[in-house]
Amino acid sequence: MWRHIKPSRRTLRAWQLVVLIAIFALWHVLTVPGLVPHFLFSDDNQAAFFFGEPLKIFGRIIHWFFIDRDIYVHLGVTLLETVLAFAIGTALGLGTGLWLALSPLAAAIFDPYIKAMNAMPRVILAPIFAVWFGLGVASKVALGVTLVFFIVFFNVYQGVKEVSTVILANARMLGASRRQLLRHVYLPSATSWVFSSLHTSVGLAFVGAVVGEYLGSSQGVGYLILQAEGSFDINTVMAGILVLTAFALGLDAMVGRVEKALMKWQPQAAESEQL
Amino acid sequence: MTVPALSLDGVSCTFVARDGDASGYAALRDVSLSVEAGEFVSVVGPTGCGKSTLLNMAAGLLAPSTGRVRVFGEPLVGLNRRAGYMFQAESLMPWRTALGNVTAGLSFRGARDADARALATEWLQRVGLAAFADRYPHQLSGGMRKRVSLAQVLVLDPDIILMDEPFSALDIQTRQLMENEVLALWGAKKKAVLFITHDLDEAIAMSDRVVILSAGPGSRVVGDFRVDLERPRDVAEVRTAPRFVELHKAIWDVLRDEVLAGYQQQLAKA
Repeated sequence: MWRHIKPSRRTLRAWQLVVLIAIFALWHVLTVPGLVPHFLFSDDNQAAFFFGEPLKIFGRIIHWFFIDRDIYVHLGVTLLETVLAFAIGTALGLGTGLWLALSPLAAAIFDPYIKAMNAMPRVILAPIFAVWFGLGVASKVALGVTLVFFIVFFNVYQGVKEVSTVILANARMLGASRRQLLRHVYLPSATSWVFSSLHTSVGLAFVGAVVGEYLGSSQGVGYLILQAEGSFDINTVMAGILVLTAFALGLDAMVGRVEKALMKWQPQAAESEQL
Repeated sequence: MTVPALSLDGVSCTFVARDGDASGYAALRDVSLSVEAGEFVSVVGPTGCGKSTLLNMAAGLLAPSTGRVRVFGEPLVGLNRRAGYMFQAESLMPWRTALGNVTAGLSFRGARDADARALATEWLQRVGLAAFADRYPHQLSGGMRKRVSLAQVLVLDPDIILMDEPFSALDIQTRQLMENEVLALWGAKKKAVLFITHDLDEAIAMSDRVVILSAGPGSRVVGDFRVDLERPRDVAEVRTAPRFVELHKAIWDVLRDEVLAGYQQQLAKA
């Protein structure tokens, strides 16, 4: 019996599911008032007040998605902000990275400022963006862009710097003009670095959107969480966090797919794995 | 007399010295060398004697400090557009398939996509890789990658072919196959070839002439031997010919001193 269910490659998913269920079961047992005698708090209801109850949280999520159907607009807004922040941040980072990597003098001039801007805790810019761009989508996108930009920028900069000199010389000997070098050598080489940072940058675009919403907005999942927190509705806060987590996982999986499709020229460890 | 395809007239190349010596590090000093159209010339020499520097100057990737490079009589300015260069290190673009790598030069030079593909496919066939056209370089073996490189260079039909120890990373069997392939392709088209190698056997087996560079720094030409072996040759068989052995002995007598000198210098530095 144990032979069939003991952890192995084959039963991986099942075991992952078991862990998930165990966490929620433990959470349930420890928080539902009266189920076990209180040992940490002075009252049966306090655990539920501080940590929420899984069943009520799931109830909330089901209401959002299937009964009230009012989460879609908020999710849509958060997703829009994430995608815009990601796209604009990546484009700016790619452009700036290519430019500075190919003109060392400009890079030398801007170097201290880029370091300073990267070192600055940029989340603190959120209130300023709210003043500049209002409480709508734009201020969240701006925050996300500042987060994504630097990740992509540094990766592209590094990527262009590390283009193999032999491949460059070879392309030149084959007759590539400066434009063609950019298009056929620097850009593909830099893209591989962009993709290696894609998971991080999508995550940060998401962080930018949610934190921006949390700090001041009228729509979005971050806004829902803020509202619930204002009325000490811990179950809704937890429900919001769970929805965000599931969403982030979904985004990450999508990025993984795109990466796999576009980066098929890169050697993958699995390809030469033994049977 | 006809104009040589490639001639280097008294070229020197001085790099900025690592140890701060103001006069710099002279890799080559006053080297003169010419390759006639259709001639296969090999350059041999001890390690670190500036063989690759010589080739980079012929390619126009590096400007000589003094002296000049002429291509079919014209002074070389910028890159050598009539030359194809096969590098020692991996030079294929990893993000392009084998076919994509072979078409690269054609499309850089403005060929139509369909024409480029047709010609590149033909060349992949010629180097025996037709079945591997859609593979990426990391999916090919070292020998296959070299053959793609060869097709990549030859598809452009250059008048001068520069090769920098192209087969040094290959095992001996693959290497002999490749050498014979190169000889066959060269025999059909008769381009001017400047071939760099550290392997004297390879140099004699393939070339019309073998040029010996002295140990660096400041390498010079210290020997120039005509190889009068009959063509077509098989690189494995020709090694047992009496004339091959004679030539090998004569050239090695010159080369040995340089190799020893180079070795002594490396010991002195260490």
